[in-house]
Amino acid sequence: MQTKKIDYTQINGWGVDADPENDPTYPMQHREDAPPRDIFYDRPTQQPVDVEVLHSNERPDVTAVFGTTLPPSGLSGAIRRFAFKYSENEYKHWLPLIFADRVDVVEGVLKDLAHGHVPNIFAEKGYPMEWKYNRTAFVTKMATIAAITVGTVLLLNSGKDKKKAKYARGYRGK
Amino acid sequence: MLAMEYRGPKRVRAVQKPMPEIKHPEDAIVRVTRSCICGSDLHLYNGNVPDTRVGSTFGHEFVGEVVEIGSDVTNIKVGDNVIVPFNVACGRCYFCKQGMFGNCHQSNSMATAVGAIFGYSHTAGGFDGGQAEYARVPYANVGPTVIPPGMDLDDAVLLTDVVPTGYQAAEMAGIQKGDTVLVFGAGPVGIMAARCAWLFGAGRVIVLDKEDYRLEFVRNYAPCEAYNFEEIGDPVLFIKKITDWLGADCVIDAVGAEAAGNALQTITGRKTLLQAGSATALHWAINAVKKGGVVSIVGVYGPTDNLVPIGNAMNKGLTIRGNQTSVKRLLPRLIDHVQSGRLNPKAIITHRLPMEEVADGYRLFSAKLDNCIKPILLPPTVTR
Ligand SMILES: [Zn+2]
Ligand SMILES: [Zn+2]
Repeated sequence: MQTKKIDYTQINGWGVDADPENDPTYPMQHREDAPPRDIFYDRPTQQPVDVEVLHSNERPDVTAVFGTTLPPSGLSGAIRRFAFKYSENEYKHWLPLIFADRVDVVEGVLKDLAHGHVPNIFAEKGYPMEWKYNRTAFVTKMATIAAITVGTVLLLNSGKDKKKAKYARGYRGK
Repeated sequence: MLAMEYRGPKRVRAVQKPMPEIKHPEDAIVRVTRSCICGSDLHLYNGNVPDTRVGSTFGHEFVGEVVEIGSDVTNIKVGDNVIVPFNVACGRCYFCKQGMFGNCHQSNSMATAVGAIFGYSHTAGGFDGGQAEYARVPYANVGPTVIPPGMDLDDAVLLTDVVPTGYQAAEMAGIQKGDTVLVFGAGPVGIMAARCAWLFGAGRVIVLDKEDYRLEFVRNYAPCEAYNFEEIGDPVLFIKKITDWLGADCVIDAVGAEAAGNALQTITGRKTLLQAGSATALHWAINAVKKGGVVSIVGVYGPTDNLVPIGNAMNKGLTIRGNQTSVKRLLPRLIDHVQSGRLNPKAIITHRLPMEEVADGYRLFSAKLDNCIKPILLPPTVTR
């Protein structure tokens, strides 16, 4: 492959932020002149904790501010509470959280339906864009998914028929 | 108000939500005038970030007008148009005091390993984001920065993440004058990292990606050498060959968890979530960098584990640096770069969508349709 180097002398701003001191390869820096780093500081005012806030057990308390809009709820919330019993160091923290996210999706659909709203999954997935800009590949993908689904259903049903037939024969033979 | 809402993997929609409220004396409410969809939003969109609750509003790249302030807010006032850095930062904790605004210890209750980020799951603090008409902005004395008069809002909104992240990627790479800098990924951040590498005095800038239209863009924009890794065989070997068999001095991973290019990484990292995302770019970065060189990571990975050749990093004497960008620290310098014409952020915006079409925007960006590089969302209150 042909490679062609760029003449950087023509580039607007070339080297304006170059700093020979910025050399992370040798991270031994003289810090004598730096102000002392004090781990104590005036904690910001605490935001009132009026909703359930799960906090990492690698810290003693909730932070001074936090997001409030989606406190844990339902089955997914129960799983999240379980997850927060374990530190960020543990799979027992992260895997249940991912599982809770999936449960939350189902709960979300049920909540939609309970409010009389049937989610328009086609629109939510932005499929109109695939239809507009990527039609052939999109149609092929959808057709493949449909074919696999139909095939799987047929396969499962044929298995059922066989089982039924065997059972029927056994019953007759009794 | 109208807001984007997450419903599940690859499912989002625009819905009416209650207006955000002041919850803390240092809060402000901002009427959003521009917001972006970011490459890191795709990790959320694909359902790969733990504790992404259904009903969340994403969006960590937004600018807007201050419409309400809490009783302790003194640095901005109602009516100000502000750049809102993507990090929520208190400005006074141990980390903020060192300028590490991306690592604030008083904004994210849910995790200690990551600072708080607007609209980026509960793992990043549980704050609703700016892909909405209005947003709650905590610590309004610290983050929000008044947009200088005359600055285009399209430039301003890219100063919330893309420009500072590209710039910090180059800064963390420790570029010395004449260095060869290799950037993985020609998305918005990779494009900006390649452009910023020259500001630090790079002698050569090389970008690898697999989307020809993005390679074409970065080749002209940065400008730089740009190659399609699907056409060059083993990308690490290719880089060795074109760098006198030594490798690049500095390598920037501007890809993160959604990387393509290696079947094992894709299956274990993206399809089955056995690792915290596909680490292909980082794997290649460690192997393509020169001995004693620097790998700078700004691509986002999840909180668990990734498969990377850490033994090579040790044997080669590498320095590996990474961080969420400290947007506030960098803003004065970057505003200067934009105003003086050294950086032209808005040129990377390819699509402008009304907020109502947010689902289409996510699909367009994630499937890289219609040569999309950077989509922005315009709320209904803004003249389109
Ligand atoms: Zn972003
Ligand atoms: Zn802080």
